[in-house]
Amino acid sequence: MLRRLHPDQPESFAFSPENQKWAEAQITKYPEGREASAIIPLLWRAQEQEGWLSRPAIEFVADMLDMAHIRALEVATFYFMFQLQPVGSAAHVQVCGTLSCMLCGAEDLIEVCKEKISPTAHTVSKDGKLSWEEVECLGACANAPMVQIGKDYYEDLSSERFAELIEDLRNGSAPVPGPQNGRFSVEPAIGLTSLLEGEGAGSAVNKSVALAKKFKDTIKKIDGTEANLSVNWEKQ
Amino acid sequence: MLKDQDRIFTNIYGMHDRSLSGARARGHWDNTAKIIKKGRDWIVDEMKASGLRGRGGAGFPTGLKWSFMPKESDGRPAYLVVNADESEPGTCKDREIMRHDPHSLVEGCLIASFAMNANVCYIYIRGEYIREREALQAAIDEAYEAGLIGKNASKSGWKFDLFLHHGAGAYICGEETALLESLEGKKGMPRMKPPFPAGAGLYGCPTTVNNVESIAVVPTILRRGADWFSNFGRENNAGTKLFAISGHVNHPCVVEEEMSIPFEELIEKHCGGIRGGWKNLKAVIPGGASVPCVRGGEMREALMDFDYLRGELGSGLGTAAVIVMDQSTDVIKAIWRLSKFYKHESCGQCTPCREGTGWMMRVMERLVNGDADPSEIDMLLDVTKQVEGHTICALGDAAAWPIQGLIKNFREEIEDRLKKQRSMQNSLVAAQ
Repeated sequence: MLRRLHPDQPESFAFSPENQKWAEAQITKYPEGREASAIIPLLWRAQEQEGWLSRPAIEFVADMLDMAHIRALEVATFYFMFQLQPVGSAAHVQVCGTLSCMLCGAEDLIEVCKEKISPTAHTVSKDGKLSWEEVECLGACANAPMVQIGKDYYEDLSSERFAELIEDLRNGSAPVPGPQNGRFSVEPAIGLTSLLEGEGAGSAVNKSVALAKKFKDTIKKIDGTEANLSVNWEKQ
Repeated sequence: MLKDQDRIFTNIYGMHDRSLSGARARGHWDNTAKIIKKGRDWIVDEMKASGLRGRGGAGFPTGLKWSFMPKESDGRPAYLVVNADESEPGTCKDREIMRHDPHSLVEGCLIASFAMNANVCYIYIRGEYIREREALQAAIDEAYEAGLIGKNASKSGWKFDLFLHHGAGAYICGEETALLESLEGKKGMPRMKPPFPAGAGLYGCPTTVNNVESIAVVPTILRRGADWFSNFGRENNAGTKLFAISGHVNHPCVVEEEMSIPFEELIEKHCGGIRGGWKNLKAVIPGGASVPCVRGGEMREALMDFDYLRGELGSGLGTAAVIVMDQSTDVIKAIWRLSKFYKHESCGQCTPCREGTGWMMRVMERLVNGDADPSEIDMLLDVTKQVEGHTICALGDAAAWPIQGLIKNFREEIEDRLKKQRSMQNSLVAAQ
């Protein structure tokens, strides 16, 4: 699929000091001379910092990895998670539209997006706060229909609940992610049919939700101060 | 039904302690050095004897795959790469392993890497799984800090580094050579084979690519014995398996069950039955988007394993991602949605796939609307045959099979729709 860079580009890009440190650590995961391997994680970090991926950011990362700019541009345009145009200032909503979600009502969710955000995908809403797109299978099919907002999955959605979510996002808050119908994770909604015994951790939410609550970064732009950086490995 | 004490993933729903101490309490990391000390050949032989077939979709015997790796290094390092790019529509099982039972995967990586003479392992997780990545990284950090992996992993004398790498939303990177290209920092375009990855894979070095579930079951198989594992399921379809059931069942879920479990039992026991009862069942895709759909009536008695679904029903177990559709489903539209998916995800390298997926999607779109000539059904079938088998990787095949399954099983429904649309148009013309 043809994807192009946005016509309006910012002047420059640089990682925040923490993100720079993070990026330099990532490069050590790969053998010497193979630094290019780190391109996807670094481009992704750049996008998390800025909200979308601009040409200066792509070129900055390419220079950092000693790659030709065109190789980095190839990667940025090939992978769909890289947003090559500005997204909503509060959040970008990704609705899964593939088969399992479609069977369970994803088309209704897309209608909600069209009504509440903007009539077309990849278009920032009038107030500049939100944008949306339909994406392919996000791998949470037993929790269909679902959407990804920022770093989190909102699962087992109804149109009504989804409309509420969008209003919350517009007001700058990120509601608790995970299943929205009271389920814990992917167990049968009516109750467990296996793994009935066990010690029990007494946690109220599943691990994905727990991390979202801990870092509070569902829709926050990443400046590198959120999580501790631990580098346990030897340089390759 | 599989008993709880025979389940490998004892925390798949994440309701118990997910940290290292919780994993240890459930039996993970129990004297891993002892397994490693039994030696490379013992591990590979035991894996062969267990009958484990790869859990990523193709079902290739895991032990055999490991035995293709060179026994002695020629100076190049060897790599294990774990394919955690779970993006096959319908599939959501590896996600649960990575966020809720990550230590089974981390320990599996150590043992499998040792068995293949690899000191380094990369896990390639899909980019969208951001929280799963954080959960898995936390488990890896815990394992490093406890000395379970690292310079002297689990005090076995084996040096082992485990790295988590992520993608950025390309289904094609689940294909093993595309994954390696992506891991090298390029576009995820599949490579020609040969050379196979075991000869020249990541950075041109011997590499084995395995699915998350295939690796995560390894420690338990080796602890409990190949006999224990091969006891489950029919011959040549051994073991337990995570099933992900989505769509029109009363309670969609992910559950570990015995291989070869009858479809009816799987649905009744764990999913609360088909929405609206068994008479309301129209079609089932039993193994993720890439396998042909099956009529509901044929599916009820089916055994959920590789050989039955392929041999008896002309479909496949794939990743055991079961998508259920009831009578309210427009099955033509459902398959059109999959065609749209493949068009979106074709990497564009091979002409038959790049052009064919778009062509197939557009014809499917007209079939959905009834706006086509009945002869176009056979023309579409012919095009799927021209795409199938004429591309570097299996994405072309995967795009062709759902349409072939639709035409084989629901031809009448397509013809009826075309006829209905035609007679409506005729009556409109007559009215004018």
